[in-house]
Amino acid sequence: MNHSAERSVSTYLTGFVLAIVLTAIPFGIVWGGLLTGMAVYAIIAVAAILQVLVHLVFFLHLDLKSTPAENLFFLGFAAVLIVIMVGGSLWIMFDLHHRMM
Amino acid sequence: MTETAVMGTASDLLEEEEKISLRSREFGFWVYLMTDAIIFALLFATYVVLSKNSAAGPTSKDVFDLRHTAGETALLLISSLTFGMATIAMAKGLSGRVIMWLVVTLLLGLAFLAMEMMEFRGMIAKGAGPEVSGFLSAFFTLVGTHGLHVTFGSLGILAMIVQIPLKGLTPPVRSRLLRLGLFWHFLDIVWIGIFSVVYLPGVM
Repeated sequence: MNHSAERSVSTYLTGFVLAIVLTAIPFGIVWGGLLTGMAVYAIIAVAAILQVLVHLVFFLHLDLKSTPAENLFFLGFAAVLIVIMVGGSLWIMFDLHHRMM
Repeated sequence: MTETAVMGTASDLLEEEEKISLRSREFGFWVYLMTDAIIFALLFATYVVLSKNSAAGPTSKDVFDLRHTAGETALLLISSLTFGMATIAMAKGLSGRVIMWLVVTLLLGLAFLAMEMMEFRGMIAKGAGPEVSGFLSAFFTLVGTHGLHVTFGSLGILAMIVQIPLKGLTPPVRSRLLRLGLFWHFLDIVWIGIFSVVYLPGVM
């Protein structure tokens, strides 16, 4: 969004390498069957969240200084809506599933 | 005041007006992307709720192939990098270089779509179409919606490949390319969610 921000090849390459690493870790663990159970889900979730942040910072060039405040506000607002709607839906549906078993 | 000075201020004003209008379009596009993120988030929630409801049909373990997913992931991630290269070339004003990188990005996007179509067709041929179970309906809706977005993104890239030689890198063209870049990177972010929520847990 910020035209003035310095966009260099190295920024993109750094993001690219970080994204590859954060993709390779969960794929490797699931592929190799190195771990089982909740630990795998936790690693997949953490790697995914980190990779989303890597994309936002290195590819979409979001930062707290040069990105307009209203853009960050909308990002935050969307995140809150997503947490409420997705979290709420899953909570209700799994609770229902649990009670119907 | 001389005539040239008046002309100068008028064109300055127009330029300023154009800048403001482009900035509001970029903000509007950002708001659109956030609402699109909410659509995807809800499709993800639907998928997670339905993912075990295979109705005695094929389960996720029967239909997913992690090697195929890794290939799609690589294509999309590399296309994000090449779009970034196009953005850098645009900042330097090298329109030929911009077009070259856009063509590379378009080819990667089309290769991704071809892989996805192959996967969908293979699944339907094996009797795992969207009508079979809740799991498969949710799968085709979520992954298909993402594929549809990539299709429109590819059309956008094609439009820019045609537009840049015709109009040059004028401020409106730069703004469009910037917004298209946001869209393209956004689709890669959604794909992170797809392989983390759909494919990886699906084969475990």
